[in-house]
Amino acid sequence: MRPKKAKKVVFKSAAEMPLLICSVGHQTHNLTGAWRNIRPEVDRSKCIQCGICWKFCPEPAIEIVDEWPVVDYDYCKGCGICAEECPSKCIVMVEERK
Amino acid sequence: MSTEIKKQKKMTLTIPADEPMACGHLACQGCGATLAMRYMLKALGQRTALCIPACCWAVIDGPYPYSSLDVPIYHCAFETAASTATGVKAGLEMVGDKETTVVAWAGDGGTFDIGLQALSGAAERNEDIIYVCYDNEAYMNTGIQRSSATPYGAWTTTTPVKHFKTRPKKDIVSIMAAHRIPYIATASVSHPEDFVKKMKKAKGIKGTRFFHVYAPCPTGWKSRPEDSIKLARMAVQNAYFPLFEVEDGENYAINLKLKDKKPVDDYLRLQGRFRHLTDVQIAAVQAEVDARWERLLKLAG
Ligand SMILES: Cc1ncc(C[n+]2csc(CCOP(=O)(O)OP(=O)(O)O)c2C)c(N)n1
Ligand code: SF4
Ligand code: SF4
Ligand SMILES: [Mg+2]
Repeated sequence: MRPKKAKKVVFKSAAEMPLLICSVGHQTHNLTGAWRNIRPEVDRSKCIQCGICWKFCPEPAIEIVDEWPVVDYDYCKGCGICAEECPSKCIVMVEERK
Repeated sequence: MSTEIKKQKKMTLTIPADEPMACGHLACQGCGATLAMRYMLKALGQRTALCIPACCWAVIDGPYPYSSLDVPIYHCAFETAASTATGVKAGLEMVGDKETTVVAWAGDGGTFDIGLQALSGAAERNEDIIYVCYDNEAYMNTGIQRSSATPYGAWTTTTPVKHFKTRPKKDIVSIMAAHRIPYIATASVSHPEDFVKKMKKAKGIKGTRFFHVYAPCPTGWKSRPEDSIKLARMAVQNAYFPLFEVEDGENYAINLKLKDKKPVDDYLRLQGRFRHLTDVQIAAVQAEVDARWERLLKLAG
């Protein structure tokens, strides 16, 4: 996985800008988890390790760690696709409380 | 949490594990267009350059100098995706780079409407580019205005319920087939394996390759974000958006044969943009879908 909190890149002058149109750093400083009002929770006792939640997450905020799906709550926007698509219904969406 | 729950098996991933798209992007919850990009880059890999005109994706990626993608992106004017990609490809070839896959990535407005002239020109010249239209069936980025990809019956802000769209969706695949380009495919975010397979196939072909990708948009369709994959799957299974490919403009092949074709009713009912439709109007949609499917079956022989 990429580093979570990327350093902000600042150009001091035009000469430091890259010649080609390309990014100088990823967007991962933008922690989109703050958008979420419901969160997915995975019940491993029911999980069949099929990877379907990982496949359909649009962020993608599900990582495969030791053959299990793990939600990265720094980025998960709470869309609910993983819970909807999980064939064994082991992901439930629960309300966020602050 | 751990191993004691159950013996871990090895996960079998059905699409490539590489992740050239990163978190932190700006798409709405449940955005289909975002998944389309994720799958395309998994198929094409990092040796890819994108040309993206004005559309949701011009925003999703994030503000310069940051990006959510591991590939260079050339942001271009709304009507110029195909001509920009043509230029980028020519430029790369001039400096001796023959490997990079150049992709024009545009929305339905940028493809069916304003970008059609540039696209037609590039296709007629058979430029060596992949053109991908992710179709969310309206101008979403600017607030859900009708495009020529908006289907019959749909509400948009410019086709309000009282004056919903009464014209059918433009048949972009037939238009592209008429250009006799080497490869055309439709794809859906509900079928990533099929999408990745066809994108890999396209990568190995020279000339203009066109993809029409179905990308549900909860914001514009007034659907639940968790339904995005379900809606895309329903559209494939009821032949609203069949999966097929066309080689050299005439060899049609259906990728997913439909043994029992589902009715369109359930699909329409899940979306707020179709809420006003009466049973008679839904029957009209069904008749149109059936006619298109029959035509496709004939073409695929
Ligand atoms: C020449 C020009 N006209 C209008 C616009 C405003 N504009 C920006 S994005 C957009 C809609 C894009 O719609 P589509 O191509 O379907 O992509 P989506 O936003 O749905 O992803 C419009 C009208 C523009 N940028 N340039
Ligand atoms: S709720 Fe949506 S964003 Fe969050 S992990 Fe599931 S699919 Fe990904
Ligand atoms: S408006 Fe639709 S296409 Fe655009 S980012 Fe939101 S969900 Fe995706
Ligand atoms: Mg659109």
